[in-house]
Amino acid sequence: MEGKILTDKSLKIAIASGKGGTGKTLISTSMFYAIQEKYENSVLLDCDAEEPNSLLFFDASLKESLKVVQKVPVIDTDKCVYCGKCHDYCEYNAIFIIPPSRIIKVIEELCHGCGACSVACEYDAIIEKDTEVGRVNLFVTDNGMNLVEARMKSGVMSPVPVIKAAHKSTSDKDIVIMDSPPGTSCPFIQTVVEADYVILVTEPTPFGLSDLKQSVNTLKTMHKQYGVVINRAGLGDTKVYDYLKSENIELLAEIPFDKEIAILYSTGKIVAAHDDNLKALFMKIFESIYNSYGNSGNQR
Amino acid sequence: MEIAVISGKGGTGKSSISAAFASEHDKIVLADCDVDAANLYIIFEPEITEKSSFIGAQKAEIDYSKCTNCGTCIDYCRFDAIKFDNGKVVINEIFCDGCKLCSRICPENAISMIDNAENLLLSGNFRHGKMVYGRLAPGEENSGRLVNLVRDKAKKIAEQNNIETIIIDGPPGIGCPVISTITGVDHVVVVTEPSLSGMHDLKRTLELTNSFNLKTWVIINKFDLNSEFSDKIVEYCNHEGIDVLAKLPYDKQIVDAMVNCKSITEYLPDAEIVKIIKIALNKIINF
Ligand code: SF4
Ligand code: SF4
Ligand code: SF4
Ligand code: SF4
Repeated sequence: MEGKILTDKSLKIAIASGKGGTGKTLISTSMFYAIQEKYENSVLLDCDAEEPNSLLFFDASLKESLKVVQKVPVIDTDKCVYCGKCHDYCEYNAIFIIPPSRIIKVIEELCHGCGACSVACEYDAIIEKDTEVGRVNLFVTDNGMNLVEARMKSGVMSPVPVIKAAHKSTSDKDIVIMDSPPGTSCPFIQTVVEADYVILVTEPTPFGLSDLKQSVNTLKTMHKQYGVVINRAGLGDTKVYDYLKSENIELLAEIPFDKEIAILYSTGKIVAAHDDNLKALFMKIFESIYNSYGNSGNQR
Repeated sequence: MEIAVISGKGGTGKSSISAAFASEHDKIVLADCDVDAANLYIIFEPEITEKSSFIGAQKAEIDYSKCTNCGTCIDYCRFDAIKFDNGKVVINEIFCDGCKLCSRICPENAISMIDNAENLLLSGNFRHGKMVYGRLAPGEENSGRLVNLVRDKAKKIAEQNNIETIIIDGPPGIGCPVISTITGVDHVVVVTEPSLSGMHDLKRTLELTNSFNLKTWVIINKFDLNSEFSDKIVEYCNHEGIDVLAKLPYDKQIVDAMVNCKSITEYLPDAEIVKIIKIALNKIINF
């Protein structure tokens, strides 16, 4: 395509925030929109598998839907002698057993599919079946934008297997912009662990500051590179700015509170597609990260 | 009575609404179950009277004085947490799920499980009654368990102090911590925003509350930011037989209240939005 460059470096950026709703999706969709025209082989990856909604902002069609499965044990009660060893091996309390009454049950919702029970059983009474925990959906738009979403199945306990599968499905891409799940627990960690750089989005409010601190502490223990974008600047107070200064954290950009932006976003529009200043801003942020943290040689 | 306030996504103003609910009564137990980003303590600055910690998941660790580098553990680990790194077997603790299988099968007994991070359960007094909240250690998976501890503690405190109403501020999403938050509560209030993504998240959240057969109410926050989507949400809820409890206007004062460490009810007791919230809560309590 004209104007596009073949990248000589690869880069994965995760856009994250302690809490949802700080503008994480606004920024990831807009940044991706801004850079994809120029950078070939890029993808927007929505890792917020419990509530993926980046796709709502694009007119894209489904190219491929990959089923993500997890193994769960099935117990053959003809062979089972109710010795209880599988129960002892299960660290997740997913096997319920009352030997005197000859009752044994797998609680599938609690099972992590670790395989320990199968190893435990000496009577060949456990086989495993696949159960669907979600999907990785690959989309493409008419003008060739690549979008991938990790989507956890409702009622499943953890989005982590779907997030991992989504990472694998984008490993052939040079530029990956990820929309991270909120918080600092497992799903967040499993998303940002793959990132070369993390953009933390926050608001200048006490809630925003508290969440930001927690995210920063987590990223520090992971030895990740990161910077901060303050969204809805102008609302709230200045404590977030004081914190960034005292911790020497880079303030990448401020996005002012603007009703226009809020309305564009709320109707499912990519803000950068309608606001040239913001589009240029996102391009600038991306390129400075790309120049400093991109993996040269493209050794993927 | 347990009333859980949740929202598919964060940032819908859920915590501000929970805070306003909690300020309506002078005898309330407020349980902050958003253990990954507990925030209400910032507004209410509770005086902590009890603090307990519990160990979360464990992680596997190799004792290299015993390990023969045989690689058996690599084959058994289903979480791709063990790999050869420069010819040496190493465990990546970020990927380790704590299943203990490697430690059980290692022929040299070289792997042991070590305690990971500490999660905290805190409780105490605040200006409208009692407050309980959890703090999940970073990277911890078992947030559902901490949510259960927070709820159990809140129930116990309510009983001991003869308090009837428990307000639960829930976590975002539809996964394990949310399921733990809403299981068995009397009312679920889902806070949403009038936007395309808000609507999408609302549907997914209602799917979940429906599957648990819970009395569910919807609050549309900032409804005047996009009245077209607000109408669509109302229409959708009517169609699904779910009560729209309230429509709250966009009000910048909510942020001002937060910056001043107050709920909107405390900050501006006469504001229009406060009146609507009061009616909403009474509707639930008298249901
Ligand atoms: S596979 Fe693992 S988690 Fe599942 S039942 Fe067996 S031991 Fe428990
Ligand atoms: S280990 Fe095997 S035989 Fe023993 S209780 Fe479990 S399934 Fe039955
Ligand atoms: S199974 Fe045990 S001895 Fe073999 S590589 Fe793993 S830790 Fe080392
Ligand atoms: S405890 Fe389980 S998940 Fe962790 S390294 Fe061992 S086998 Fe893998």
